[in-house]
Amino acid sequence: MTMPFYVAPEQVMKDRAEYAQKGIARGRSLIATAYADGVLIVAENPSRSLHKISEIYDRIAFAGVGKYNEYDQLRVAGVRHADTKGFAFSREDVDARSLANLYAQYLGNVFTHEMKPLEVEILVAELGTNGRADQLYHVAYEGTITDEDRFAVLGGEAETISERFAADWRPDRDRAEAIRAAVKALAGPQRTLGPNDLEVAVLSRENGRRSFKRVTDGELAQVLEGVEPPPAPAQAGEPTPRTSGGADDQAAVENSG
Amino acid sequence: MALPLFHPTDDPGPDFSSLLRRSGMPAVPAVPQGADVAASVRHATTVVALRFAEGVVMAGDRRATEGHAIAHRAMEKVFPADRYSAVAIAGAAGFAVEMVRLFQTQLEHYEKVEGVHLSLEGKANQLAQMVRQHLPLAFQGLAVVPLFAGYDTARGAGRIFTYDVTGGHYEEADYQATGSGGRDARTTIKLGFREGLSHSEGVELAIQALYEAADEDSGTGGPDVVRGIYPTVAVVTADGYREVPEEEVAERFQALIERKRTEREAVGGSSSGGELA
Repeated sequence: MTMPFYVAPEQVMKDRAEYAQKGIARGRSLIATAYADGVLIVAENPSRSLHKISEIYDRIAFAGVGKYNEYDQLRVAGVRHADTKGFAFSREDVDARSLANLYAQYLGNVFTHEMKPLEVEILVAELGTNGRADQLYHVAYEGTITDEDRFAVLGGEAETISERFAADWRPDRDRAEAIRAAVKALAGPQRTLGPNDLEVAVLSRENGRRSFKRVTDGELAQVLEGVEPPPAPAQAGEPTPRTSGGADDQAAVENSG
Repeated sequence: MALPLFHPTDDPGPDFSSLLRRSGMPAVPAVPQGADVAASVRHATTVVALRFAEGVVMAGDRRATEGHAIAHRAMEKVFPADRYSAVAIAGAAGFAVEMVRLFQTQLEHYEKVEGVHLSLEGKANQLAQMVRQHLPLAFQGLAVVPLFAGYDTARGAGRIFTYDVTGGHYEEADYQATGSGGRDARTTIKLGFREGLSHSEGVELAIQALYEAADEDSGTGGPDVVRGIYPTVAVVTADGYREVPEEEVAERFQALIERKRTEREAVGGSSSGGELA
């Protein structure tokens, strides 16, 4: 019988961390930031169908970098968690903080107990309403959770991009300005990024109940060229699903705008 | 609540009902055999749907009954299912409202997990499965019979689907009404319907249908002028689901009542009711 070699726990953790970091560094980065109407997420992503940014619930968005299959599994789990919770309790009881904690616990658990850590970093964003501030939770591959109040950068070159983006950050930028600043920070001095290299979405207070909305390639091209896109035509807002069957639900309907 | 992660060979996919079952929350409860609860359970009554040029109109009265008593005067029976469809309910109110909630969550859940909308046909099938799961309760007098209508973005037209307790679903060409006053409502629509009704004519016809149903059926609530409670009317078009503002519904009902009164006075029949009182 062969005896396994003894490896110090410190070494095991270090190796795993390095492994995960390498995997994440191979992927492209993303920026999530607060802007005048809510939260903006800009990711470098050449694919039109394999999304990095997605909707979780009415006011919650998800974004991931690293290995697609790993963060997509987490995304679906998030949608399931949120929908089940909203169904069992009420829509307002679904919050980003508890979901971010679940993600952190799961990632931490996999990091210490499984052969291979997950090569992902994820972001859970919640749109603030009724006077509450927007929230950005950044969960790292080993389960560290950070609560950012201005912006979060995820991915390989997070530090450099973060420095570039922090230089002229303001909270009250409109959508177009915020997009341009984020794209500039992601691209750096050497490159330029076009609409085809980017995936952009917002959680906006203007969007009614389901606040998540993707920015289309056409809109993005106009924003990047500095042409202000015409205000979007009043689109069919997502109706508020009221089902309590009583008249007291009128308030919820009015809130949906 | 734990993070709902599944093994790839055992994944519930975009099906929310199946996810609920896995989480130990059965969607359909069991009622003991032979228990006679039907009379003490709230029932929701008449709902109508009809097609017009740009989409569909859906409307429902506001009364809920328990046996012969009025249980609720302001109940909602017409709900948005998602952006392009609406669902209306008749039958055991508790189960029906829960079914609507499950249906709404299911449609949104599918859209978020898969990244695309279900087709209108797909939505109608989903609802049929929920009605079918409810079949054992229907035999105990707790039937739920929804009416589903929406705007088919692929065809560019409004479509209406009706259901029976077995989950059978049938597409209606022009209009349908269900619930205790459904028959009277249907007759009214039948007389007033023609192809290519305008938005305003469609809403008006739905309102007339509910008025006539309330006139003939004790389970159907008419316009409650004293309390200011009027039936719910919603419209689904290419612009999505939109509820007709209550003030507009109220005005239309008042105009209708006014018309009826002048018609009666014109034929000199206004005294018949008065003498009895």
